[in-house]
Amino acid sequence: MAPLLEISSLRAYYGATEALHGLSFSIAQGGITTLLGANGAGKTTTLRAISGLVRREGSIVFDGRPIDKMATEDITRLGVAHVPEGRGTFVGLSVEENLKIASYGRRDKSGVRRDLDLVFTYFPRLKERIAQQAGTLSGGEQQMLAISRALMLGPRLMLLDEPSFGLAPLIVQEIFQIMRRINEEAGVSMLLVEQNAALALNLAENAYVLETGTVVMAGPSAELKNDEGIRKSYLGY
Amino acid sequence: MTAITTAAPVAAETSRNLTRTLLIGLLLVAAALPFLVGKSGFISNFTFLQLSLMIVYAIAVLGLNLLTGFNGQISLGHGAFFAVGAYTAAILIEHYGVNYWLTLPAAALICFVIGYLFGLPALRLEGHYLALATFGLAIAVPQMLKYKHLEPLTNGVMGINLLKPDAPFGLPLSGDQWMYLVVLVVAVAMFWMARNLLNSRPGRAMVAIRDHTLAAGTMGIDTSRYKATVFGISALYVGVAGALHAIIFEFVSPDSFRFELSIAILVGAVVGGVASLPGAVIGGIFVQFIEKYADAMTKKLTQAIHLPLELQPWTLYGITLIVLIYVMPGGIAGGLAALWARLRRHKGG
Repeated sequence: MAPLLEISSLRAYYGATEALHGLSFSIAQGGITTLLGANGAGKTTTLRAISGLVRREGSIVFDGRPIDKMATEDITRLGVAHVPEGRGTFVGLSVEENLKIASYGRRDKSGVRRDLDLVFTYFPRLKERIAQQAGTLSGGEQQMLAISRALMLGPRLMLLDEPSFGLAPLIVQEIFQIMRRINEEAGVSMLLVEQNAALALNLAENAYVLETGTVVMAGPSAELKNDEGIRKSYLGY
Repeated sequence: MTAITTAAPVAAETSRNLTRTLLIGLLLVAAALPFLVGKSGFISNFTFLQLSLMIVYAIAVLGLNLLTGFNGQISLGHGAFFAVGAYTAAILIEHYGVNYWLTLPAAALICFVIGYLFGLPALRLEGHYLALATFGLAIAVPQMLKYKHLEPLTNGVMGINLLKPDAPFGLPLSGDQWMYLVVLVVAVAMFWMARNLLNSRPGRAMVAIRDHTLAAGTMGIDTSRYKATVFGISALYVGVAGALHAIIFEFVSPDSFRFELSIAILVGAVVGGVASLPGAVIGGIFVQFIEKYADAMTKKLTQAIHLPLELQPWTLYGITLIVLIYVMPGGIAGGLAALWARLRRHKGG
């Protein structure tokens, strides 16, 4: 089966500074893939390059279509949903409005309603808070909202930028379980960026390790978990 | 639990209805005012002019509020759009004999286009840099109005004198009273349009861009086009305010629109309450009131409390501003809302 996302020789820039130096990797249909690496390795930049949020060069093919020249809003419409670092809550809008923002570009009204119901089956807590101003939600709830918002785009691929950041372990567990359900039940593929390597390797089937803007290691999570270098650098035992 | 969840929306509904009834009542009284007073002189024509100017500034503050409060883009140069709107009206009336009503859509259109075009390159600028670029606009426009080759149109530093329109249909109103009504009607229409815009999808997208531009982009919103368009709409509002100002003030000159005007509009927006429609009205009142009375009140205060030192004219303005920002960081509208909420909690037990 052809990969869902195929990236080759990807370079990305912040102003004149090159942050990714010819990255290549691919993601299988239906799976969860994780990008590991230290701070500044280029994980967030990789996600932003895929979404067209930074200047980039090289080839990005999503589902057989080149998207490396496309604007963010068009990439979103093709079914790539980016859950940004730090959740990106629209604090001045209600929970409901946050969710509706995502469906503005969609024409299938019945699909929107179905996805809203779907969101509430995964995150019933958001339904209780539907009229609440999003800025008053707890960190965990805001992360749930960010994932829900991405779901409302009706995506085929979700880019998740550190969903565990700053959250209590119990909440993180809950959210990761729901992410697995979304992957299995709704068939949404995922590209997950995480500081918490143990967590990420447990969820994902495949992993890539980034170091200063290039891929230095790749393989099934199970193998990487047992690799001594990975254990020492990222898992801490 | 059910009792609480059903009771809350009902209470909110009642309070919304009450607010609406109050608002409509207030507007009716405001509209009836010139007819009630008539030519009795109980409220002078000068006072009507003052009221009109407050409303005009409220429209301008609303325009800046759409940009800064609801879309997160700062401008230190909206006086420039005010000037362009004013000159559009003045030139059309003076040189082309255009009816004053028609100058409003003309000023709106011209300012929208200029605002949109200025907004496009400004997209690359954020925060301080956008503030500086717009500040440059505020400095440049009065100078451009003095430009020699534009003099046949603008009349250079002398400016353009206009005549206030008379009340039509033989209405028993003075020119000032009639224009007060015109300004009031235009303001109501423009606030109504702003409210509808903010309650619509594009309005929520504006707020999303303000709250988190990157996330708004990942939600499929074309953030660049939105920001430039909001810049245009904001300029449109301020341009209409400028056109109204020219008509009721019967005079435009480059020095009427110095950069202080841009600052005054920004101060009005912040003091009134950023991202608040009632705040824009309060801001408009503040701009006009302070401009007129800060000077006189500083003098009075100096005499009243026998200060040993002589206060500079704008001292009171500065002190008021500092105190307001400390006491009510959400502006007067935000402060009043917080106070109201506190009172209700108290009453509710």
